[in-house]
Amino acid sequence: MALETLQIEHVPSDHHVYAALFRDVQNVDFLQAQLIGKNPEFEYAFIDASVLISRTHLFAAIFRALNTLTEGTLQTPNVHSDIVIGLSPTNNISESYRRYGLTPFKTRDVLVIKVVYPKLSSENSTISSSEPPTPESTWQHLTTHIQGTPVPVTDEELAKSTDWAKVRKYYKLNGVPGVERIDTADEEGRRREMEGLVVSGIALRGL
Amino acid sequence: MDTSPSSPPTKKRKMATDTTAAEQEHQFPLPAILTHPSATPPILITQGAEGRLYKTTFFSPNIPCALKYRPPKPYRHPILDARLTKARLAFEAKVLERCRREGVPVPAVYAQNAAAGWIAVEWIEGAPVRVKINEWLGQRPKNEEEEKAADAKDQGPLVELMKRIGAAIAGLHRTGVVHGDLTTSNMMLRPPTRKTTRTTEQPNGVSEEEAKAKLLEGYVVIIDFGLANQSQSDEDRATDLYVLERAFASTHPRAENLFEHLLESYKQTFGKKGVSVLHKLEDVRMRGRKRSMIG
Repeated sequence: MALETLQIEHVPSDHHVYAALFRDVQNVDFLQAQLIGKNPEFEYAFIDASVLISRTHLFAAIFRALNTLTEGTLQTPNVHSDIVIGLSPTNNISESYRRYGLTPFKTRDVLVIKVVYPKLSSENSTISSSEPPTPESTWQHLTTHIQGTPVPVTDEELAKSTDWAKVRKYYKLNGVPGVERIDTADEEGRRREMEGLVVSGIALRGL
Repeated sequence: MDTSPSSPPTKKRKMATDTTAAEQEHQFPLPAILTHPSATPPILITQGAEGRLYKTTFFSPNIPCALKYRPPKPYRHPILDARLTKARLAFEAKVLERCRREGVPVPAVYAQNAAAGWIAVEWIEGAPVRVKINEWLGQRPKNEEEEKAADAKDQGPLVELMKRIGAAIAGLHRTGVVHGDLTTSNMMLRPPTRKTTRTTEQPNGVSEEEAKAKLLEGYVVIIDFGLANQSQSDEDRATDLYVLERAFASTHPRAENLFEHLLESYKQTFGKKGVSVLHKLEDVRMRGRKRSMIG
């Protein structure tokens, strides 16, 4: 196991996105405390994997956040928190953190995203070492501090964590005619249709 | 933006000739979003009055997408231009999402940046309905006598297609959206998901007859909501149908007589409302004629 470098279409070549998935994480409270304490060593997007349905879903949120980053219109302090709220189809930021980020004693599987990009001198990060993190150093840091079992970030592994009741609620998919008209036996067809609606919801937030 | 009933919009799409992506880059500057790396280079598909359509991939190399870009118009004041472009793209995106939720067959939205003038939507496989219908008509006997004989029995698949189109439009109108530019070019015929028919042109097992029957198979998907509007009025809905009727008569004159099947299926799918829309269509037709006579 190692950190995966995500290849996302139409993202500037000097922006690197790394991802990892940890199962049964025991120290979610510790990880959340680092975020709340703004520990500069924990500049990650921590996502509750139960709200993710697929890699495409994840990519939609990352793409959106990277797009706002390059446009200079981030809505939250950094690109990592923008990835978390990027999953939301609504504009309520604190609700988005609650729903898509970490919740101590509830979150079990954690998806981690790390974005590395050339920072302007004006937005000098407070990281003491001037060296940009490498995939190796990031992986080292993550495995040291996250008490969980790393698994590959595949659609299959993501599907194992998905809590569809939550996804349907958060993305307002209950009783939607576009989904209901598909035969309940056609599970894959329903899943694809819902994925399309989830991605559209992410893409359209703020319009 | 107005589409007066007497003149159906003639925003004909010109298919880009087979040039490489590199050559095209010289032709038009790419929008900023497409200058970033992707697994396959974006290809310019069409150039419309309002914007350009690129085929590219989104999120992952295996997800094809259509990216619509509205370049800034130099003749408009920059602030007004930015505002109009943004509002129109935002509206298009919202209409697509709404249709999708309601189960109307339209492409899903993958991403958008209305301020930058682009929207990325699902790539619909298959060909425009216009191409398929013309292919079908082209296969039928040219000789007039033969044609008459053929007309009587042979139109089954085309009639079925007309019905599917009518039902799709009824679904669209039911959600409170009018398309504004309905033509057979703005509908795609997405082939059934099993891809067995694609392998070779004419495999030994498939007779010409069977291949022909397959030609009009598929799922009708409505595309290009650039001129769409939200409206529940019979008048606007009837105008939508009228625009299609006129466009249909001029692109497929040989199948003009089949348009009634489309209207019939529209009425059946839409119920009571459909009856009053078709009633209104009579008015719109009359007025259309009158207008052109005064011209």
